[in-house]
Amino acid sequence: MTFHAKVELSLWLQRTRDDLKMYHKEKSIQIKSSASALYNNLSVLRIAPRNLTYFSVVHANMVNMVSASWDGLNYSHRQLQSKEPNVTTSSSLIMQAAWCVLPYREILVLTSQKGIQMYESDGSIMVYWHALDTPETPTAQAVFARGIAAVRDKYICVGISSGSVLVFDVPSKGSNITLSEVLEEHKESITDMASECSGSLECIADLVSADDSGNLSVWKSGEDFQLLNKIPGFDMSCSSVKLWKGTVVAGYGTGQIRLYEAITGIIHAEINAHARWIYSLDIAPFSGLLLSAAEDSLVRVWHLTVTPETNSVEIVHMYNECVTDTQICGAKFCDGDGYAFAVTGYDLSEIIRYTQA
Amino acid sequence: MSMTTLPLVFINLGGEMLYILDQRLRAQKTAEDNTQKVMNDIIATMFNKAFMEELLKPQDVYSHRALRTVLTRLAHASIMRLNQASMDRLYELMVMAFKYQLLLCPRPRDLLLISYNHIDAIREFVRNTPSVLNQVDETHRKIIEVYTPLSDGELQLLRQTLLIFLQDMHVRVSFFLKDKVQNPNGRFVLSTTGPVPHGTEVPGLIRVFSRSGREIKRLEFPTEGNYTSSIRVGSFELFGDRVIRFGTNMYSATPPEETHTSKNYSQKTNSEPNPLAKEELNLLARLMGRMEILNQNNDSEIGFRVSLFSTEQEEKDIVASGRSGDPSFEVINIQATQDTQVNKELARIAGEFTKEVEEPEPPDGPSNKGEDLLTMMDELV
Repeated sequence: MTFHAKVELSLWLQRTRDDLKMYHKEKSIQIKSSASALYNNLSVLRIAPRNLTYFSVVHANMVNMVSASWDGLNYSHRQLQSKEPNVTTSSSLIMQAAWCVLPYREILVLTSQKGIQMYESDGSIMVYWHALDTPETPTAQAVFARGIAAVRDKYICVGISSGSVLVFDVPSKGSNITLSEVLEEHKESITDMASECSGSLECIADLVSADDSGNLSVWKSGEDFQLLNKIPGFDMSCSSVKLWKGTVVAGYGTGQIRLYEAITGIIHAEINAHARWIYSLDIAPFSGLLLSAAEDSLVRVWHLTVTPETNSVEIVHMYNECVTDTQICGAKFCDGDGYAFAVTGYDLSEIIRYTQA
Repeated sequence: MSMTTLPLVFINLGGEMLYILDQRLRAQKTAEDNTQKVMNDIIATMFNKAFMEELLKPQDVYSHRALRTVLTRLAHASIMRLNQASMDRLYELMVMAFKYQLLLCPRPRDLLLISYNHIDAIREFVRNTPSVLNQVDETHRKIIEVYTPLSDGELQLLRQTLLIFLQDMHVRVSFFLKDKVQNPNGRFVLSTTGPVPHGTEVPGLIRVFSRSGREIKRLEFPTEGNYTSSIRVGSFELFGDRVIRFGTNMYSATPPEETHTSKNYSQKTNSEPNPLAKEELNLLARLMGRMEILNQNNDSEIGFRVSLFSTEQEEKDIVASGRSGDPSFEVINIQATQDTQVNKELARIAGEFTKEVEEPEPPDGPSNKGEDLLTMMDELV
């Protein structure tokens, strides 16, 4: 039986037999406050040596962090606040929170209207703070940081509303983090950024950055980052982007997902995936499963196959999950195989989880 | 986050407030003259040039408390007086209506169409008062000028900013519950059927391309929704068919009893951690200009009583259900009084708003203005 035939059969069976559904809903994790309507509003960090998974969800000027033990018995919560100079309690809104995984450490990065905060992975200590240039009197152009990615061994890249990308050099331990470079390529606000997540050293492209007009920039990291390619948008915001095996997967406000070859910009496929704005994409690097989630209440799971030898990319739809009456704002796999995934929605005070049967 | 939310906040919330007031005044069979006067006064204040200019300055969205204060002032620009509890309930209703519109708005750009629906209705209310009508038109032109150039991404940011502002509000509105657009838990129903927004394709198709860009394969996938192609797009001009229905007057055809709200007492309220910051007070002071709070003593109760949210029979019914142990509904009674002295004073102030007078800065510094405002607000609460 061909792979496609298997998938067709599986889908048919899923519709007729509940016990054969690809994923089942698990017990949700309650969080201290509800999720805000922000792109990519869920980050997950799996800590295998301690049988723990961390989750983070942004609520206005705070980040809700939950540490969940794999046996489902222990949950501990922490809330982190946004920071701004000269004020004890900041009301500045946080745009995004994400863990950056580097070879020797994991850093939790928070981006807000005022700046960029970096913490040790459990959120216990702030190791670095970078203030954004905010004008004395507010201008119509909003100022904020958004878009976070760990690149190769030692870089953390963060996007800015002006379109700039800040590149931070991160040592293997300690707080001697420095701003190494500012990449000025985008003219519109950065929406999301992603680094190559397959683990393959053969991929030339290390980072892709996306902006509000849908333009994508593909970079190679180094002492000086090098722009490899620019993929033009069609004036539609790209709200979420991933990079896997040299393939850019981009989700747009129109509900479309597009797959491009990063280096050349050649389009492999275009999917009319959702009926509303896409808010989150994720890839499980070991299996090639792709997760997409949108304001239309739907989470969809796809399977991506990339064959570098033939430069071919295949995408197959695997599964749908409708989160009733919810505008989804975050969806991430909880492990590298895509065995489980978690979802957040606007105004929801829980992290909904699904696992393969 | 977005710095240009306030004008849209006021137009949409103010618009909803006017719809509710209009419906209630008619339900009470208020004299046409009085109704018209109330509507004119509020609209004239809302669309006052100085007021709008202040709103158009780039700034963060106000806190709920500040917003409620300004909207109370707006309501009191008319000959009505609303007590604090009634204003709170009116505010909840306006805010939930706006949240509904924001959430269900198909594309971020449609938020402008929703705003224009409100402005179109407001224009109708004042169609017989040319001076106010002119103000509305001017403001509408300004709004079109400011917001049309924004990209879809910027409009989504604006929408996200407002959604954060409205987060965790789940007040149940009987009108919404009855229409099944709101669930008993206060959350809105999001349908997975209907036309897709303009610019979006109906989900279900995967197109695969060759390296030269030629489409080589089409695959379909099951979508679990029932979507149809988008309908025509509405007009973003000064006049035109807006097409979408959000933002139109949903109260005009409804019976009076359907504007109840009830609190879900088990949910935690979104309380402000700090009192209004000095900065915010300064903004408010500038916004209100010379407008002083009049008539703190509502002793003189001559004139018409307006019970905005329930008729006498409903009051009896509600009280009855209250006795039977259902704690979820409160009787909302909005009382408005007319005072001839107040009338004269207000007429004078209303007159000031129709003139464009550049008055010199008063000797009081901003901090004193702030304190005056604080005192005023304390008296209100």
